[in-house]
Amino acid sequence: MTLSLEESNRAIITILGRDQTGIIAWVSGRLAEYRVNILDISQTIVDEFFTMIMVVDLNPATTGLVDLARILEQEGSDKGLQVKVQHEDIFTFMHRI
Amino acid sequence: MTITFAREEIQQTIKMIHEENLDIRTITMGISLLDCGSEDIRRMEQKVYDKIVKNAGKLVQVGEQISARYGIPIINKRVSVTPIAIAAAHLDTEEMVRIAKALNRAAREVGINFIGGFSALVQKGFTVGDLALIEAIPQALSETEFVCSSVNIGTTKTGINMDAVLKMGQVILKCAQLTADQDGIAAAKLVVFCNAPEDNPFMAGAFHGVGEPECVINVGVSGPGVVAKVVKEFPEADFSELSNLIKQTSFKITRMGELIGRAASKALEVPFGIVDLSLAPTPAIGDSVAEILENMGLERCGTHGTTAALALLNDAVKKGGAMASSHVGGLSGAFIPVSEDAGMVRAVEEGALTLDKLEAMTCVCSVGLDMIALPGDVSAETISAIIADEAAIGMINKKTTAVRVIPAIGKKAGDRVEFGGLLGGAPVMAIHPFSSKVFVNRGGRIPAPLISLSN
Repeated sequence: MTLSLEESNRAIITILGRDQTGIIAWVSGRLAEYRVNILDISQTIVDEFFTMIMVVDLNPATTGLVDLARILEQEGSDKGLQVKVQHEDIFTFMHRI
Repeated sequence: MTITFAREEIQQTIKMIHEENLDIRTITMGISLLDCGSEDIRRMEQKVYDKIVKNAGKLVQVGEQISARYGIPIINKRVSVTPIAIAAAHLDTEEMVRIAKALNRAAREVGINFIGGFSALVQKGFTVGDLALIEAIPQALSETEFVCSSVNIGTTKTGINMDAVLKMGQVILKCAQLTADQDGIAAAKLVVFCNAPEDNPFMAGAFHGVGEPECVINVGVSGPGVVAKVVKEFPEADFSELSNLIKQTSFKITRMGELIGRAASKALEVPFGIVDLSLAPTPAIGDSVAEILENMGLERCGTHGTTAALALLNDAVKKGGAMASSHVGGLSGAFIPVSEDAGMVRAVEEGALTLDKLEAMTCVCSVGLDMIALPGDVSAETISAIIADEAAIGMINKKTTAVRVIPAIGKKAGDRVEFGGLLGGAPVMAIHPFSSKVFVNRGGRIPAPLISLSN
């Protein structure tokens, strides 16, 4: 794996919070609206605590990463969810040599 | 395409940032002012102001964009400039103060929180410009908000300029007296160095050395909280394992600096200089270097064993960090500022940590006696003697040492001072009652040590 630094346009979306219906529907609906392509998704529930990690591609998107992050974090917070959208390079730099 | 990271890796990164105070402490842009000289002081003020605003105009905005993109806080955006005693060597003291005010206006305009470089390098003697600048420091720092000053009074290669050491004791006291109503804040913006690095991104000691390029981006990372957590999680680890755990953590922390430095360099179209891999504490609970040492098994920071614990920590941080970045520089070590570290403050309050122990600790870490409040009746000569001791440690051990002490005017040992923000607050520390006056007044230079003859 190369250290891309902005050559890729992939982001990692993480959602944490109490489980409730419609979390995936909400986030995938919003992503479709902005033409953000979902590449992979992984979700678990431990003791009613919902954790989701999603890899998305922003190349076809109609919005930028920073704006998308702001929108999802705000809407997630209204639902009691902690949502983060971060460029994948922060994880690449920290965990891959 | 599958998720290329383990769930644990993603969660670890998020936890480090949101629960353990991992952040980028500073992006510091170094700017050369060597082409800003002018006989006309008004013209020179304008050139200095214009050059900073032109180069650093987008620094804050770019910093905020990068922070949002990667989801990691970038606490400070700063600028360092060519030592003013060099860039403005022809000016007199009054004009030096005017340049400090021009720097302050430029800092306010671009929205940065500190500008460093109201500095002089006098390890072997004074130029006319050096003398004018040093004379101007108390007024410059007490009448500006953002300007930081540093004076290098010794190096391993040249020895220690004891005339400068004597002078700086007086300057520090004057700084505190002029800002006595704010607990001597001007002295908190002034640092006296031995072996000052020319690419340090941290304040108050940042300046843009004459060997540096026209403009450069340097990054300082933080992360004592992350290290404290990992040390706490493994109470059974022996020293080899402990060192490895810290190395791994330091690698991860420093990688964040490397990422942000590269991104900022690209966005600003300015070369990337160095990552300073220092562990820099803040007054926030859980962001303390003292806490790391206590998690290693010391009841309180400052007790017997503290120097050994700090030596292990400092070495492991460097070993882990060195591999994480293309260019490591600046101060690069654990900082032990008292007022900026809640654990250090508690250790002083409980009588565990004294000035003498802090001096011993500076032998094995970066940087020196930092953010320490002294009794208000301290003499200039005693401050000079404290500087001389610290400089001697730096000179002999071929390392950077520094003194940033704040005489608390009207207060005595045990009283409290408050500087606010990242500078924090601290109890006033006791000093020795015996005089060093005759010693520091001898004048001249302490010769360079034998180890300086390395050619």
